[in-house]
Amino acid sequence: MALNHSPQFILASDRSILVKFGSKISEEIHQRVFAFTDFVLTNRIKSVVNIHPAYSSVLFTLDLNADLNEILSLIKISWDASTQTNIPDSRHVEIPVLYGDGFGEDMDRVSQHTGLNQSEIIQSHEGGSYKVYFTGFSPGFPYIGGMDPSLSTPRLTTPRKQVPAGTIGIAAEQTGIYPLSSPGGWNLIGQTPIKIFDWHHPTDLRLRMGDSIKFISITKEEFDQLKENVT
Amino acid sequence: MSLEILRAGLQTTIQDLGRFGVAHLGISASGASDNLAMRIGNLIVGNPENTTAIEMTLTGDTVLFHSNAFIALAGSKFKIDLDEKPFPFWSGTYISAGQVLTIGPTLKGARCYLCVRGGLQVKNIINSTSTHLTSRMGGLNGSILKKGDGIAFGNLDKVIQPIKNMENYPYTDSTTIRVTKGLQWDWFDNQNRKLFFQKTYQVSTLSNRMGLRLSGESILSSKGNEIITEGMPLGAIQIPGNGQPILSFVEHQTTGGYPKLANVISADLYKVGQLKPGDNFKFQLIDFPEAEKARLEQENYILSLKAHCS
Repeated sequence: MALNHSPQFILASDRSILVKFGSKISEEIHQRVFAFTDFVLTNRIKSVVNIHPAYSSVLFTLDLNADLNEILSLIKISWDASTQTNIPDSRHVEIPVLYGDGFGEDMDRVSQHTGLNQSEIIQSHEGGSYKVYFTGFSPGFPYIGGMDPSLSTPRLTTPRKQVPAGTIGIAAEQTGIYPLSSPGGWNLIGQTPIKIFDWHHPTDLRLRMGDSIKFISITKEEFDQLKENVT
Repeated sequence: MSLEILRAGLQTTIQDLGRFGVAHLGISASGASDNLAMRIGNLIVGNPENTTAIEMTLTGDTVLFHSNAFIALAGSKFKIDLDEKPFPFWSGTYISAGQVLTIGPTLKGARCYLCVRGGLQVKNIINSTSTHLTSRMGGLNGSILKKGDGIAFGNLDKVIQPIKNMENYPYTDSTTIRVTKGLQWDWFDNQNRKLFFQKTYQVSTLSNRMGLRLSGESILSSKGNEIITEGMPLGAIQIPGNGQPILSFVEHQTTGGYPKLANVISADLYKVGQLKPGDNFKFQLIDFPEAEKARLEQENYILSLKAHCS
């Protein structure tokens, strides 16, 4: 049975290797990705310069001097060793959100795809219990799982060139927050007044891999109040 | 010892070879776009390869040296003069205090590097000085260089012997970019793969250090336009719904959701750093052993240059 649980090891480029745990988003796969990521961040693998965890995979990128096949073997060994370790503890974080109200440019698009009206979308989005599956994409960007599948809306076919910091979005069955203004192809439904990423403290993330989170709907007044408190 | 920017170029940034170890926080490596040119430029002035230098894009800067310096220009040739006299590329040259180096528009590729013996003195953020423009991190306040910016240099204590005669500098031909199969190669049928490699692509004006948007033949996936988001390698060629490829570059997103048809080999990434809007080029498919061979050849070339330094 252990064999069924072994991930695939795939060459992604001549300087990167993808360890793939499956082709779906699930809490069970996340736990394995989280445990493996935690293990390889603590027990560094020679010549691996970066580790990119995601929903169901971990990408390793290598320095220019490493032999591709040698590092592939080391990653496999590391995987074996990681199966003996425990999953690290997770934290609970609350995120205030002003839905719509000028911050949800794609609320109508989500409405069209889901058949739900704006207040139903907000109710459903706020009601979920969420998990940070990983951070990636751009600095501090949390990939959040746990959204009600009825809110699922496809990504924009042409990404926007600029999305403002703090914007909450939906892409297919995923929801997330843009920590910084950046290009992106997600459907925008709201905004948080809280600073998700601070470039003065880049390694001190508000939301981290493994965190459980809750969105709290706030009014424009509360948004402005909280916004003022952010330095 | 310091230099001063009297006139800023189009997009001039402080770079080293990148900020590693934080991709899991969503921070990509950044670093020199033409890493090969920067490594060689540093060796020419006797710096370790990863020494902080200045990257100039399309149009360079006018730089006043407040102290004596030993410098080299590397990468694409730009229009350049020192106090209105010709100035060489790929050559270690002494500058006297008060002299002004004027670097104008490019004569060929997208980027050139100003390397100074002893390195530029810029604050380290997570073990790197590289500017990451998207996250406004590194370099000078995470920003492009502006008129009046002053940068100290020459404090590096581990300098080595400079290269005396640099004859064998790299000639960058960016008309063919070699790639290996991408993670979603199987998402594209033979007809679409064939189009991708036969047709010429043009670099669009929307391109930057994060990624190059290409225009040309639309490539269609037979399995849809979205994958479950996964790690993004440097040089990944993503195919979004509109079929126009996006090439992920040094400030790339660390993960992405578009299928990846191919990936630029590491030995050709420096060529991507020299592509500018309007340039036309083709992709060529090679296998992983060939890509490894190309990488080793490039690393051996660097080693041969270092042999001249000792």
